[in-house]
Amino acid sequence: MDFAPILAALRRHRTATLLIALEIALACAVLCNACFLIASRIGLMQIESGVDESSLALIRLDCDDCNSSDLNARVMAALRAVPGVQSVAAVNTLPFGERAGDNGVTIDREHYVAVPHFYLGGPGAAETLGLHLAEGQPFQPEDFRTGDVWVPADTPVWISRTLADKLWPGQSALGKEFWVTDKFHFRVVGVLAHLVRPDPGGTRGSGAAEWSVFAPMAPGKVLNGTYAIRAAPADLPRVLREARDAAQKASPEAVLDLTQSRTVSDLRSDFFRPSRIMAGMLVGVIVALLLVTALGIVGLASFWVQQRRKQIGIRRAIGATRQDILRYFQTENFLIVTGGIAVGLAMAVVLNIVLMKFYELPRLPVAYLPISAVVLWLLGQLAVLGPALRAAAVPPVVATRSV
Amino acid sequence: MFSYYLDLALRSLRRNRVLTALMVLAIALGIGASMTTLTVLHVLSGDPLPGSSDTLFYPQIDPRDMDGYEPGKEPPRQVTWTDGQNLMRAKRGDRQALMTGGAVPVQPAQSGMEPFYGDARYTTADFFPMFKVPFLYGHGWSASDDESKARVVVITRTLNDKLFGGKDSTGQTLRMKDLAFQVIGVLDSWRPNPHFYDVYMGNYAAAEDVFVPLSTSRDAHFDHNGSTDCWGTGGGDQEHAETSPCVWLQFWVQLDSAAKVASYKEFLTHYSQEQKSLGRFERPPNVRLPDLMEWLDINKVVPGDVRLQTWLAFGFLLVCLVNTVGLMLAKFLRRAGELGVRRALGASKREVFSQLLVESGVIGLAGGIGGLVLAFTGLWLVRLQPSNYASLAHLDVKMLLITFLLAIGSTLLAGLLPAWRACQITPALQLKSQ
Repeated sequence: MDFAPILAALRRHRTATLLIALEIALACAVLCNACFLIASRIGLMQIESGVDESSLALIRLDCDDCNSSDLNARVMAALRAVPGVQSVAAVNTLPFGERAGDNGVTIDREHYVAVPHFYLGGPGAAETLGLHLAEGQPFQPEDFRTGDVWVPADTPVWISRTLADKLWPGQSALGKEFWVTDKFHFRVVGVLAHLVRPDPGGTRGSGAAEWSVFAPMAPGKVLNGTYAIRAAPADLPRVLREARDAAQKASPEAVLDLTQSRTVSDLRSDFFRPSRIMAGMLVGVIVALLLVTALGIVGLASFWVQQRRKQIGIRRAIGATRQDILRYFQTENFLIVTGGIAVGLAMAVVLNIVLMKFYELPRLPVAYLPISAVVLWLLGQLAVLGPALRAAAVPPVVATRSV
Repeated sequence: MFSYYLDLALRSLRRNRVLTALMVLAIALGIGASMTTLTVLHVLSGDPLPGSSDTLFYPQIDPRDMDGYEPGKEPPRQVTWTDGQNLMRAKRGDRQALMTGGAVPVQPAQSGMEPFYGDARYTTADFFPMFKVPFLYGHGWSASDDESKARVVVITRTLNDKLFGGKDSTGQTLRMKDLAFQVIGVLDSWRPNPHFYDVYMGNYAAAEDVFVPLSTSRDAHFDHNGSTDCWGTGGGDQEHAETSPCVWLQFWVQLDSAAKVASYKEFLTHYSQEQKSLGRFERPPNVRLPDLMEWLDINKVVPGDVRLQTWLAFGFLLVCLVNTVGLMLAKFLRRAGELGVRRALGASKREVFSQLLVESGVIGLAGGIGGLVLAFTGLWLVRLQPSNYASLAHLDVKMLLITFLLAIGSTLLAGLLPAWRACQITPALQLKSQ
């Protein structure tokens, strides 16, 4: 196909050509970034929690001045008695539950390296949660001790792989030590393949989604009122219902926290609801954007076809086939859209840099650029097809008529 | 003349319904999306206390030890018990209040009502006049109640409705954590947005259920919620919160003139120096005194998602407008013949131009109405969301006006280029080809 006559014709319609190209460029910039935002939300929503979500539920009791060891013993016995419960363990929280405690950790007692979340678990908690130890060894019975304010001053811990890589890049974390203030000393005895924070992508950003520490602790003053229960997935809703009643009955002085005492799957679904809604809104914007762009192309192309009826008639009269006319409009559209995409890709990168500066977004992966270019090319071709077919249908006899 | 142009515009728009509908739809979609997000942003970044927010300040001082010291870094965002008490006693502001949040078990006297946890604010007497809190019944407590750790409580209208059936409950007794408190005031509906005085309780949280003097809350061992930041030997233990090196209280001060602001800042520096020479502070004085709106900015109270959505929506509006420019260009140039005749009959370029602008204005108005419908739908969808700010998303009169101004203004802007191009038509050329 010879581009020269098309370009010559476009030069006579500079304003309209530039407008379509500009629209394509803007659409391209918004499309790339919106798609990227959607993809990063969805990516976060699929994060692996590191626990057996489908068979886990949380029970939380609020209680002032409860005799903690007595409460723990009573409630855990009551929970174990619920038919279908496979195991019960005291914890401080579970993934997607309420945040229990973030602490800045240092390796040299001076410079903070990361702010991970600290999970505390009583005896049997690791098994109840279904944590998978990638390296290292299980806790010993003597590791489970009580504390007055928080964990004991010296505690062996497991940490997530992501946190290990952050604290000691390129080294094995096993046997390494870290501190919280200069009172609490921790030794890494195990590395977990995955263990997500209660609020991945929340307060600490998506980079820190898996910065977690799992520390053993005996149920007592610090670790009380919150329990993980494990049951077969199919059984879990019933078990949870009965466990809630059992826990409330076993501790009449406490108040059952209904928003937290739920299955981990429910907590997860609730936690990600805003992300789902945001992704839905972005999809809506993208669909509307593509629709408006396509309609704009249809409108302008129809106008051009109508304006050039006589020229089309003449071309047909001197030997151009319908096919030639169709190709002409399709090529014209392709050229304009290509121009728009070229500018649009640059704008997309600029927009991403601006957004990165203000909203802590990661860099736009290069793969998004060719994909949105292809989408816009297809959209352009689809939009121009109707007007182009109408142009191809113009009979040669038009040439002989004076409008 | 205007009505004639209007008539012409309506005729022309009716002649080509599909193209008109396309333009109106594009404008409506763009306006609808931008107004939805703009309204949410407007509600969230609004002034919680219009008229008095510029006299309210949030002093920040740095009582930490030298661990991790970097010059010029922001001081802690709360104060310790000792500093809070010192600043209260100094009484250098026109009004001042020290506060923190918590939750207390409320034990209704009525049979058949289960005990429940209520959100509480422990604060000092000036809280109510300083934040212009409206009272339905009764009043707040006095400074002497603060001194004497009086067992008094102020409750919200919602709690009053729940516990006392909405009747004037002042003088009644409310049991909390096994202690009897006398109700001395009932608030009228009050929900400052954002929840500015304590951003650790959720930025758009509703006001607390009960308000108790801070001294009383310590005396009664009420639980403190929110952020506690410790250093050195601080362990965040609630029982020893008065003496431990932890920040966990918010301190607000009202300063009515610029001179007072300057002298208060000086006072804070002086105070830090004094504390340093006493050995309590280790760092060089590092004080800040942001006002209410600056404080909200510092805390990045408006969710990033909301700003991002607004950006995207305006990008979308831009695409819609460019689209409208293109369509209008097509539409106006198609009528070259008609415009040529009008020009030949004596209409000046200016008159043709204003005629075409009236036509774009009509499109803008129609698009604005469509956009408004879409914005109402959009806000209704936002209100269905679970986030704690969702229920606030309503279109007020101001945003309604902005919608129409934005719609008509942007469409007129979009009409400028096509109208100008259409004016450039040479009448003779158009007449000849007919």
